[in-house]
Amino acid sequence: MTRSARWIVFWLGAGGVGTLIVLALLRMPSFGGLVHPYRDLAVPAAVGRSSPNIVSSINFDQRALDTLGEETILLGSVVGAATLLRPSKDEQELLDRDEGRVLEATKLLGYLLLPVTLIVGADVVFHGHLTPGGGFQGGVVLATAVHLLYVAGSYRLLRRLRPKSWYQVAEAVAAGAFVVLGLVGLLLTGAFLANVFPHGVLGDLFSAGTVFFLNAAVGAEVTSGVVVLLSAFLAQALSVREVS
Amino acid sequence: MTVDPSCLPPLGIAIPLAGACVLLALAKFAPRVVVDTVAMTTAVVSVAAMALLVAATSSGRVVTWVGGWTPKDGSGVGIVLAADEIGAGFALLACALTACALIYTWRYFDDAEAHVHVLILLFLAGMVGFSLTADLFDLFVFLELMSATAYALTGHKIEEPRSVQGGFTFGVVTSLGAYFSLTGIGILYARTGRLGMPQIGAALDGHGLDPLVLAALVLVLTGLLVKAAIVPFHFWLADAHAVAPTPVCVLFSGVMAPLGLYGVLRVSTTVFGGVLPAASLHGTLVVLGIATAALGATLCLMQRHLKRMLAYSTIAHLGLFLIGLATLTASGVAGAVLYVFGHAGVKGALFLMVGVLLARKGSVDEFDLHCQGRDARLTKWLLPLGALALAGLPPFGTGLGKAISEESSGLTALFVLVSAATGGAVLRASLRIHFGLGPPPQDTDSDTTTGDDEKQEGRFPQRLPATMVVAITVLLTGGLLVGVVPAVADALGAGRSASWTEPGCWPRPCTAPRPRRSAASTWSGRGRASRWGLAQRPPEGRRVANWAITYPSHRGP
Amino acid sequence: MSLLPYLVAGWLLLIGCFGVVRSRGLVHTVVCVAVAQSGTYVLLLSIGFQYGASAPVQGAPGPVVDPVMQALTLTDIVVSATVTALLLALVIQIAKRTGTVDPDQLDELRG
Repeated sequence: MTRSARWIVFWLGAGGVGTLIVLALLRMPSFGGLVHPYRDLAVPAAVGRSSPNIVSSINFDQRALDTLGEETILLGSVVGAATLLRPSKDEQELLDRDEGRVLEATKLLGYLLLPVTLIVGADVVFHGHLTPGGGFQGGVVLATAVHLLYVAGSYRLLRRLRPKSWYQVAEAVAAGAFVVLGLVGLLLTGAFLANVFPHGVLGDLFSAGTVFFLNAAVGAEVTSGVVVLLSAFLAQALSVREVS
Repeated sequence: MTVDPSCLPPLGIAIPLAGACVLLALAKFAPRVVVDTVAMTTAVVSVAAMALLVAATSSGRVVTWVGGWTPKDGSGVGIVLAADEIGAGFALLACALTACALIYTWRYFDDAEAHVHVLILLFLAGMVGFSLTADLFDLFVFLELMSATAYALTGHKIEEPRSVQGGFTFGVVTSLGAYFSLTGIGILYARTGRLGMPQIGAALDGHGLDPLVLAALVLVLTGLLVKAAIVPFHFWLADAHAVAPTPVCVLFSGVMAPLGLYGVLRVSTTVFGGVLPAASLHGTLVVLGIATAALGATLCLMQRHLKRMLAYSTIAHLGLFLIGLATLTASGVAGAVLYVFGHAGVKGALFLMVGVLLARKGSVDEFDLHCQGRDARLTKWLLPLGALALAGLPPFGTGLGKAISEESSGLTALFVLVSAATGGAVLRASLRIHFGLGPPPQDTDSDTTTGDDEKQEGRFPQRLPATMVVAITVLLTGGLLVGVVPAVADALGAGRSASWTEPGCWPRPCTAPRPRRSAASTWSGRGRASRWGLAQRPPEGRRVANWAITYPSHRGP
Repeated sequence: MSLLPYLVAGWLLLIGCFGVVRSRGLVHTVVCVAVAQSGTYVLLLSIGFQYGASAPVQGAPGPVVDPVMQALTLTDIVVSATVTALLLALVIQIAKRTGTVDPDQLDELRG
């Protein structure tokens, strides 16, 4: 399609859709209103299963299938990006000798922050059913922590301490654990992804039944998934070279 | 041992996922044959589960509340999966085509640590979830799952500029479409406070069609029509389908694009069936279908790159399917679904045969291959046969589906012309390649994509591996069986007319079925169609499904 | 005034599409896709909002905002991040194979 044709199509479409959207938005319920029928059902349902973080209860219990799909999108994208960024037939991974210098202050800060970030990430994952946070958020924090090794140390160090293939296995196992937990529910109660574990006392670490375990599984999967994803991009930037 | 049918829909999603996880965990250590075996086993088990589900749906829709959140006192928070014959049939089709694609790929991709197998299985999970879910947001999630894995599969041949570009265009266009859908879902949630399709439908029934509902309809359908490559969103399809690895093309053309249309049918009947005047919906969809069919057929005739030719033929057929579905009558919908099934088998076989040509001759260009295929024993006879089947040769499922759809839509001339044009284009190419028909074509048009710099796929076997032959045969036979075995069509299309008589059935019958045209002209004729129960007009049903549990009326917090 | 958040959402969605069409570089295209998607976050969150309500964690005083919309937004964000990663991976390969990221100079697929 030529450029001008593209513009004509765009302005026609945008004009139509824009008008339609504005007309529709004029009839939306007013912003900040009191009527939220789904909320009124979801909140008691979450509290009934000892999950004070209602968003987690929705994500991992009431609408757990959405999260299974979302986690599968992540798995698929990580595998897909790793496939797309593999070294092609005329490329090879070569490490540069010289990697430049890191400021001493950066090094110190990085190594100080590394354990702190790991602990914060684990906290966000394991308290996902109690406080704001959860497997996805915590997983991203944990994966970031691993990459402090690169910021403070070197790419070689990161590669040594981050065996990519093991992270890939961990990702597969964690994603599989989500499916297995769902199948356990199917076996025990006849409903896929049913919350079959004891709900415990509201506010305890081991409460909310399956939500806790699903959070942990997703946390592990997101951590390893993001590590594998970033490793593919880092390799493209730093070590994949064309060889003739 | 009997299986509770309500287990089957979640299993259809869980089995491919579990298989993909096992494969990914093993990929680094297992030898190639283990990888192929695990992938194949997963696909076969999925086929079995979905076949059981199809059998179960013949006695009524299978409804599953995921997580055991079955509504109590008429209110619920969970996600509902609802399998009717069409949905379960599409899920079965996806599994069966995946199995065929995996047979063909047996020892075919030699790099990438089984990543392709993992992606194909995740793609399958997305397609099954999309076919079975009855929750609007869940539909979006599975739509995105299908899309994300599909981009990666499209761009898999990273050495080829076309492949990565096709994947990129595909990604950008379908992502934007999906965000429009999500906006529409958000607007519907704002109005109704619900996410389940029948629940939203029930909540909308009371109010009329105002600009908000209309905008939501247009936005939600945009994403699905993009997926189905309906005009004006058709341009990405040929770019993507022509460059993807051959076995993946089978899945794209055979089931992914038609699934977009299935989504259109499901959403427009279940969610908007109560507020939308059936006549205007029908009119709009038919116009889009005609434009798509005409454009696809015209462009198909102009191609010399064989995969692009097949891709444009898919666009043309998608237009025809849309016309069939847009009738919103039992016979029209059943005919279109049969057509989709027959087309999936035939088009899949054609793509694989082009793949065989590419593996042996190193080109998919009609002009380059002129006279080159005289020694090709398999494709010499099967490719013209496939072309005729594509045009709607009677014993094939395409013929029966086309006959029933054209009969119920009343657009016989268009159906005949479009299917003849696409079949004719493929026939022309195949006769030129295998029999050297006509003078060698002159390369005059520099503005067409040629197929001569396509990278050879596979390891260029002197003899075709038996697995490739098996995959082609299975697909072609499948396309044939859909047409000749009444039981197949019965299970896929015709049984539905029985369930349409059940009160509160799905899809909700439209309020004003169009009068059916005389059916004497087709070879299947009215006698055959009515013997299969296809010709019954859907009765007026109770509009709210019995499982369309509504929420209690609005309460303050 | 009460419509402003919705209009912002619609604006983001359309301006993202505008950017995709106008784009002269593929990385820019990817960012525009992400902008369009952020329109959906704004829309979902503003639909779930309620004046005076607190975060949906138990123990909060008074009513809470709609947690369902927050859960959906979370899913949406993950989708956006992963799709962006995939598209950027494709851009890297396009740049390597063709030496350009200007969509107007990419003309491998014609007719």
